Amino acid sequence: MDNSLFRSLVQLGDDCLVLGQRLCEWCGRAPTIEVDLSLSNLALDMIGQATLLLDYAGEVEGSGRNADRLAFHRDAEQFRNALLVEQPNGDFARTIVRHFLYATYAEALFEQLSHSRDDRLAEIAAKAVKELRYHAEYSADWIVRLGDGTADSRSRMQDSLEWHWRFIDDLFHDDESWIDCAERGIVPLRQALRADFEHAVGAVLAKAGLAMPAKVRGIEGGRGGRHSEHLSMMLAIMQVLPRAHPAATW
Amino acid sequence: MRPVNAANEVGAQIAEALSQVPDPEIPAVSIVELGIVREIGLNDGVSWVSITPTYTGCPATDVIRQNVRVALDQAGLEAVEIRTVLTPPWSTEMITLEGREKLLRYGIAPPEPASGQAACPRCGSRNTMEISRFGSTPCKALWQCKECREPFDRFKCH
Repeated sequence: MDNSLFRSLVQLGDDCLVLGQRLCEWCGRAPTIEVDLSLSNLALDMIGQATLLLDYAGEVEGSGRNADRLAFHRDAEQFRNALLVEQPNGDFARTIVRHFLYATYAEALFEQLSHSRDDRLAEIAAKAVKELRYHAEYSADWIVRLGDGTADSRSRMQDSLEWHWRFIDDLFHDDESWIDCAERGIVPLRQALRADFEHAVGAVLAKAGLAMPAKVRGIEGGRGGRHSEHLSMMLAIMQVLPRAHPAATW
Repeated sequence: MRPVNAANEVGAQIAEALSQVPDPEIPAVSIVELGIVREIGLNDGVSWVSITPTYTGCPATDVIRQNVRVALDQAGLEAVEIRTVLTPPWSTEMITLEGREKLLRYGIAPPEPASGQAACPRCGSRNTMEISRFGSTPCKALWQCKECREPFDRFKCH
């Protein structure tokens, strides 16, 4: 088994899965029906991408696990998602800033992955990047609209940026498996994408009249399975049914 | 779609069966017109149909697969395999001209490469506005006509 490839695919797939599940929590609760539809559609793309990536991870592993098995029958410490995507939804500002930061990162990453030396990953990424472009644009629109909105919306956006910024080092962390795949031309180093990311984020924030968050001491650990307490609670709800009835089909 | 062996009798039968399968979420158009059917292939006695998803998470994908299976079986084509392909990724350019006309008649503004104001499918006015970038399905956005006030779906350029 190509262990580095398996682990890197799980990192990619878990980011999509966890963020998709978080967005699903908004279903029926968003401020307007249009926003409700939007967040559910974003979630759907995330779950779709997670399915392709984790199914492929399961094939690489070769032990008969598929996307469902990986999604529903692992505990929190076996997840390899970045800490950013597991953060609770908070208010709409918190959710949309989280999505803006992830989508800006992921659009650049998947664009590069679409040229991967691994053909299967390249074709999944080529499909996903078209969706991610829309996510990045959609969330950037909201950053500008709310950043350039009322005093209340602006302060909520600025607070959310400051809150999430501590997880950016973790989002860009290259662990051993990822570096091994990078050396083989399968993935780009995340660190190499960071300057462009900060530039892209800065451009949108400038348009929104928001300040770039101050440098903070980052919290890391997601790629090594060291998560915040929020992940296990989210997984409890996501996994309860398939865990209770492992052989059920529908 | 490239009906590789449509000249061949089996190929023609497959193409005919597929043209009868509507999209589950937009039943006014067939999956062939939407560009979901990528290829009909025949090689060494093995025949197949390849289909491609519109969006990775589109819930219609599984239903389409089932409906294709049923349509093929009913046409006596049980041996035809269904394959899923991702490359090249589906784009709205793959929707046929006929498909675009049917979308318009159904009340959905078809995708236009030059993104600007959508034309209202009811009255044709371009005095329209986007209400939401996301609509009732992953492939559509929600718009409204400022002339006739009618809200409508617009197929997103993808």
